[in-house]
Parts: sequence; C-alpha cells; structure tokens
Amino acid sequence: MTPSISQSDTVILTRGLERSFTMGDSVIRALSGVDLTIRRGEYVAIMGPSGSGKSTLMNIIGCLDQPDAGEYWLNGTLVSNLGDADLAAVRNREIGFVFQTFNLLNRADALHNVELPLIYSGVPRRERVARATETLLQVGLGDRMHHRPSELSGGQRQRVAVARALVTRPSLLLADEPTGALDSTTAREIMGLFAELHAQGNTLVVVTHDAGVAAEAHRTVRLRDGRIESDTQNAEKATA
Amino acid sequence: MLFLEMILVALQSVRANLFRAILTMLGIIIGVASVITMVAIGTGARAAVDEQIEALGASVLNIRTGNFMRMGVAQSGATLTIGDAEALARDAATVEAVVPEAAQQLQVKFGAENRNLRIVGVTPNFAAVNSYTLAAGSLFTLADDSAKRPVAVLGNSVPAQLKTTREAMLGGTIYIKGIAFRVIGVLEEKGASGFRNVDEQVWIPLATAQFRVFGSDTLDNISAKVSPAVPVERAMVDIERVLRREHNLLPGKDNDFSIGDPRQFFNVRETAANIFAILLASIASISLIVGGIGIMNIMLVTVTERTREIGIRKALGATRFNILLQFIVEAMVLCLLGGTVGILLGTGVAALLSRVLGWSIVVSPTAIGVAFGFSAAVGLFFGIWPARKAARLDPIEALRYE
Ligand SMILES: Nc1ncnc2c1ncn2[C@@H]1O[C@H](COP(=O)(O)OP(=O)(O)OP(=O)(O)O)[C@@H](O)[C@H]1O
Ligand SMILES: [Mg+2]
Repeated sequence: MTPSISQSDTVILTRGLERSFTMGDSVIRALSGVDLTIRRGEYVAIMGPSGSGKSTLMNIIGCLDQPDAGEYWLNGTLVSNLGDADLAAVRNREIGFVFQTFNLLNRADALHNVELPLIYSGVPRRERVARATETLLQVGLGDRMHHRPSELSGGQRQRVAVARALVTRPSLLLADEPTGALDSTTAREIMGLFAELHAQGNTLVVVTHDAGVAAEAHRTVRLRDGRIESDTQNAEKATA
Repeated sequence: MLFLEMILVALQSVRANLFRAILTMLGIIIGVASVITMVAIGTGARAAVDEQIEALGASVLNIRTGNFMRMGVAQSGATLTIGDAEALARDAATVEAVVPEAAQQLQVKFGAENRNLRIVGVTPNFAAVNSYTLAAGSLFTLADDSAKRPVAVLGNSVPAQLKTTREAMLGGTIYIKGIAFRVIGVLEEKGASGFRNVDEQVWIPLATAQFRVFGSDTLDNISAKVSPAVPVERAMVDIERVLRREHNLLPGKDNDFSIGDPRQFFNVRETAANIFAILLASIASISLIVGGIGIMNIMLVTVTERTREIGIRKALGATRFNILLQFIVEAMVLCLLGGTVGILLGTGVAALLSRVLGWSIVVSPTAIGVAFGFSAAVGLFFGIWPARKAARLDPIEALRYE
C-alpha cells in the first residue's frame, strides 16, 4: 500500500517539507521547503536561531505534527499521509522523543513512566516491568525507580525521559533541546548518555543552541527562516 | 492490560481529587439510593398485601346474581342455582372449592331475646373455604344437609347480640321463622371484612335453609376458592366462562352475574405504595440526570486539567481511541463508585423504613443489578462528550498546554 524506498539504511527522508501557522491575519511560514536525509547510526545536531523552525521540523519528524506540503519517509514508509492509529503506532514503535521540559506523568513513578510506551504497544506486564527496569538501569537510575518526578532532580527526570524514549528500542531517537532546562554539569551528563547511546548504534537527532553540545554530534544541520542553511560533517567526530 | 491501566489511572485520579469526586458522585448516589429504596418499598408493599390476602382467605371470589343498575332501573338478572355451583366445582379447573350460599335477614329468637340477623344456608365446607375456625362445638355435616336438619352454627358475636353467652347457647335452641334450630357450634371471631360483619351471621345447612326456611331454591351467591398458585385473574376468567355457558349467554351479551374480587379492599394500601414509588422514581431520575451532568462537568474540567498528560500519552503512542476509552472509563468509574455507595445507602434507608413502617422490605438483586446498569449508562452517556474532546486534542498543542 505505502511505497517504499530501496535504500534500507535511510531512516529519515524529507522532500520539500512545508509548514505554516496562521495567527490571526498573518501567516507564519515555519518551514519552507526542507530536504533532509539521515542515515541509520548518524548523530545529527540541528541548530539555528530561535524561531528558525527547529521544533516544527522535529515535531514533524517525530510524527506529532503533519506537514502542509512535501513528503516525509520514515524507514521507507511515507508517513505524511498516515491516519491517526497508524501514526500512533509509528510514534510508539519507531520514535523515542525527549523533550526540553521532560513531559513525565507527575502522578506516576519513574518505572511507570518508562512502562507507558510499552503499555500502548500491548507488552505483557511482566516483560514490561523487566524492560523498563533494565532501561532505567541503563540510564543509571536503578535506585530511583519508585520515585515520582517531583522527587527527582532535573537531570534525573531527563534520564527517566530518555529511558522512556529508549524502552521500545526505536529506530530513531529525537531530542528537542534536551539540556535546555539543565545546568551545565547535568547537561554534560545527559550528552555523555547520548554519546553512549550513539556508540550502541542508535540514530540520534538533537536540537540544541549549545555549540558544545552540537560538537558531540557527527553532523550539524543549521536552519534559518524555515530552510536548511548549512549541513556539515563534524570531521573530527566522523572519523573517530 | 491497557484497560487495567485505564482503570488504575481512573482510580488514581479519583483519589487525587477525592473530595471533588465525592461531590460529583452525590447526584448518582442519591439517584441510585432512591431507585433501591423505591424498588424495595414497592416489592415489600406488594409482598405485605399478598400476605394479608392469603391470611384472610381472600383468594375466595364472591359470585353474585346480576342485580345491577342500568339507566337508573334495577335489572333483575338470572338467579344462581345449585346447578351453577355444581358446574363450577366440576368444570372450573382453577377453582378448588365451591360454596353455594342462600341468605336472608330474619328474626332469630333465643329465650326472651330476639334479633334480626343474617341467616346463611351453606354447604358444610363453608368454614374451610373461608378459613373460619370453630371456637366451640362442631360444624354441621353433609348428612345434616341432605336430611335438612335444623342445626345452626353461630358467628362469634351472636350470643352477645342476644344478650347471653356462648356457653348458654351451645346445645340450646334458637327459633328462626318458628322453626327450632339446635345450636351445635360457635365460630372464632373473624372481624368485619368489607361491608359485612361475618361475626353477626348464623349458618345453617343449605338444604334446610332453602326448603324449610326460605322456601326458594335459588342462591344469593357462590363463594369460589381459587386453587393455590393460580392467579386470581385467571380464575375469574375461568368462572366467567363456565357461568356464561351455564346461563346460555350468547357472545356479546352482558354477564347476568358479577364476580367480586376481595383484593379491592387492599388496593388502597398498594396505591399508596405506588404513589410513594412514583415519587421516588422521579427523584431518582432527576438525581441521575443532574448527577450525570455533574459528571460531565467534572470530566470536562479533568480533561482540561490533564491536557498535558493527554499530549504525553499521545506522543508515546496512545491512539485517539485509547484516550477516548480512558476518559469514558474514568466517567464510568466515578458513576459506578457513586452507584455502589448509592446501593449501600438505599439498602440502609430501606432497612430503616422497614423498621419504622413495619413492612417487610425486600432489596432484590435485580434492583442492585439495574442500579449498577443505570450508573454505568449514565457514566457512558455523560462521559462520551468530554472523552471525545480529550481524544481530539492535537498532541503538539496538548504538550504546549500550561
Ligand atoms: N502552534 C503555533 N502557532 C503559531 N505559530 C507557531 C506555532 N508553532 C510555531 N510557530 C511559529 O513558527 C516559527 C518556528 O517555530 P519553532 O518552534 O519551530 O522555532 P524553534 O526554532 O524551535 O525556536 P526555539 O529555538 O525558540 O525553540 C516561529 O515563528 C513560531 O512563532
Ligand atoms: Mg524550539
């Protein structure tokens, strides 16, 4: 039904992505023609001034939003015209999203927060708890599993969020300013975690304002006014 | 499992806003409690009435000649005969026993006293059929009847009416129309039933009455005892069928007899219970509607409060349907909790009323089932709209919501 693309190691492929918002009388063009290809195992930083469309692009890539025009292929599937249930399944299985403001459920403890995506993919309880526990151990929160977000530090909350993004073993890990709400030490810890995840073979796309954070990535895409301004490989990292 | 998560989340949410939840459930609680109380009172009242009817032998139907009024003129219907009584005993399967009766108001003389009393000629089974019990002496027999013997059984207050005692009269002689009757028995007190006081009657064998006293072989009425477990209505239909045939009434012709249903004397009480039930039913339905609107209101608030949570769940893979179901489940959990409290409260009120009114009040499992069903239905009906609102939220906007 959905056409597929032969290049099997292409995770993200966008062609002419457009997205605009209507605010009263004025129309804001947040994205005006974005072509982007990201391959499996890449670690990409997206930079650009405030309002350049980074979050808008991430939301479309994360299937939280749909483009007005253009095509978005995820793992060879054209997702820009999927229905609600299919999109939900893609969000659930293919994508792990880490937000600047963590977006954890305040009433649930760390373990339950990490279990949540597995609940929606119908994983039985026993396996769910095992996998959530394992993932929390992986992000170094083995001793905080039954703490609620309000009982955790910012860095710990973001680790829970990362664990939640990882627990379904998605093909794509997205993070929109994951360190934006953290102090520099904690931010470095989270970036260290990302480097580890990348080393394990995950595909990462991270939006950041921090050049230091971007330097961790292997490729930097710069946006300006809803277009790609530059797309450079980080020579030092790429060869590492 | 996803459903279990939904129920857990719903319970969590109730616990997090316990006071609010209780206030919200109040309408449902009152509504369901009213339903339970109403049904309990209704069934209780009916059971009480049935019990009384049973106790008073009220499953005895009274068949009378059709001396009815038409256009202001008394119409004299055909008379009832022994033949009718025999036909009923033989052909009306729903009737267990038949007592033919002929009665007249006559002067009864005992010693120097005399009194105008109702003299009833009956077959010997009259006491059993009407649940009369002997206080002293004995009843007359079939042999007394066929031999037309002058023997009499007195109602309980007859000796007092004749200014004497039961002991003085038993074995003594009373005179009816100059005929000497030996008093062989006196009945226990029965109390007035309907318009007639049976304690002031004198019973004599039917044949004696017809051929020695009244000089007429017609009957005034026939008592028919309905067989056990047969609805009175069915027996009435059965009797009507037999008598119409006996009287050769063509279809379309009115009955020339009437069948009195003694239950009519109990209807007043049942009507009172029914009015009470209707009152409670209106309270119940109004409370359930108001309660439902309360649920809807609080669910709308909840959806707004938890917009961000909805965004998070959608971002993690919840479909619109998942979200819809979650909030419907939450509304239903609220209603079912309210329903449970309402059932307990209603049972309590019913028990209290049963104490106060002295009625046997029955809380039926059916009523509880219906109450549960109602609460669930209210939850579903009033929960759908807020849940739809939640399901249709845009994930991005929901995540941005402060
Ligand atoms: N829901 C919306 N309604 C109206 N305008 C929007 C909406 N979302 C984004 N925009 C506009 O689109 C443009 C791009 O926004 P976007 O959030 O993608 O920027 P950004 O690059 O993520 O900025 P920042 O670095 O500040 O997060 C901005 O001008 C913004 O005002
Ligand atoms: Mg942004």
